Amino acid sequence: MIVIGELINTSREGLEEAVKNRDVEFIQDLAKKQEEAGSDYIDVNCGTLLKEEVEAMEWLVKTVQEVVDVPLCIDSPNPKALKRGLEVHEGKALVNSISAEEDRFAETLEILKEHDARIVALTMDDEGMPKSAEDRIRVGKKLIDDLKDAGIAEDDIFVDPIINPIGTDQQVGHYILDAIEEIVMEYPDVHITCGLSNISHGLPQRHLLNRAFVTLAMSRGMDSAIMDPLDPKIMALVTAADTLLGNDQYCAGYIQAAKSGKLDI
Amino acid sequence: MSKMENIVEEVIAGNVAGVAELTQELVDEGAKPSDIIKDGLVAGMDVVGGRFKKNEMFVPEVLIAAKSMHAGMDIVKPLLTDGESSSVGTVVIGTVEGDLHDIGKNLVAMMLEGAGFEVIDLGIDLPADEFVEAVKEHQPDVVGISALLTTTMPAMEETIKTLEEAGVRDQVKIMVGGAPVSQEFANEIGADGYAADGSTATDIAREFVN
Repeated sequence: MIVIGELINTSREGLEEAVKNRDVEFIQDLAKKQEEAGSDYIDVNCGTLLKEEVEAMEWLVKTVQEVVDVPLCIDSPNPKALKRGLEVHEGKALVNSISAEEDRFAETLEILKEHDARIVALTMDDEGMPKSAEDRIRVGKKLIDDLKDAGIAEDDIFVDPIINPIGTDQQVGHYILDAIEEIVMEYPDVHITCGLSNISHGLPQRHLLNRAFVTLAMSRGMDSAIMDPLDPKIMALVTAADTLLGNDQYCAGYIQAAKSGKLDI
Repeated sequence: MSKMENIVEEVIAGNVAGVAELTQELVDEGAKPSDIIKDGLVAGMDVVGGRFKKNEMFVPEVLIAAKSMHAGMDIVKPLLTDGESSSVGTVVIGTVEGDLHDIGKNLVAMMLEGAGFEVIDLGIDLPADEFVEAVKEHQPDVVGISALLTTTMPAMEETIKTLEEAGVRDQVKIMVGGAPVSQEFANEIGADGYAADGSTATDIAREFVN
């Protein structure tokens, strides 16, 4: 499971202030904690700073990379911020995100071509957000084909099937799970990721739904999620699920996690 | 418990068939349609809105409550006389040009409808001119403008400017919302209100029409 730690995001409380004040200690501490908890990527998003976003992105990438070894997930709908983030990032970053909206696809692809990076591809196009499983499959396949045509390897593509809240449409779980399975069957090297906590929006005890959904989705082929790595229960569950799905040779990861106390929840 | 109080309870419980049945009974007994709306259907949704805000009720419960309210509305609306209105106000809502994200906007629209507003949902990716046209056509009390992306937030300001230039800005109250939007940003672009979620949007819209 490729865990993308989601906590450095200026739309979260207190974060905008920390980034505006260039609070190195606060940001580095949050980055280190997420790495120690098992994040494979540290997401950085400072979109709410608007006109100051590009500068802030450069600062964030540099500041976080000073203290962690894992690469970053550079997260913005703004191509200028993505570009700046990639320019200062050392190693191979993950870019979040591209979509099949025509202009956004073209602009973001230009930037991708200049850097060796991986990419999150959102299954939405100029028609809007996907509703059915078919929408997600159709747009997902188009994105993968177009990105491959542009020379990007399947292994560098992370399809995000877009999670709608189960609270507003009780069938959306099926739609997402069916789409994941179909895409993974056709493109075995492509990764599937998602903004996990969207599933539980508007409902009580959200952590429980997030945990249940991550295991359901993993069983259908999802192998990444943008999530809170500091929730030890979901991290333990992901470790156990990976083992049960055959992704953990000799159960070494599971045993190691148990010995280091990470499964004491 | 009177039948009117029963309607309130059944709206809260989201009993679609029950609300329709009670509404019909009250109509047959000669109750005033506007009273059924005000003291029964909307009163029930007011309780729902309050509980939602306190995390005592949740999104699917609000949606089914709203559905039950509408089951009653469908019966009494055709019986209203001229000049009587079934709605507490009219809201035009949509996402700005370039922004296709409608999950939040749809939730807000549902909550507003649930609170008794007539909601004209213009959809997604709307050039500013379409907001102007909608204001002219529907004469709403409130315009709700939504953006999820930081890259489309400037289009919110553009929309408000366009409403000003068209001379219709002062006919309406404008509220804005969407994940990256803040009170500060709303003030900056000259909106009248910022709603962080559906229940806040409902509260603000109520304040605007009162």
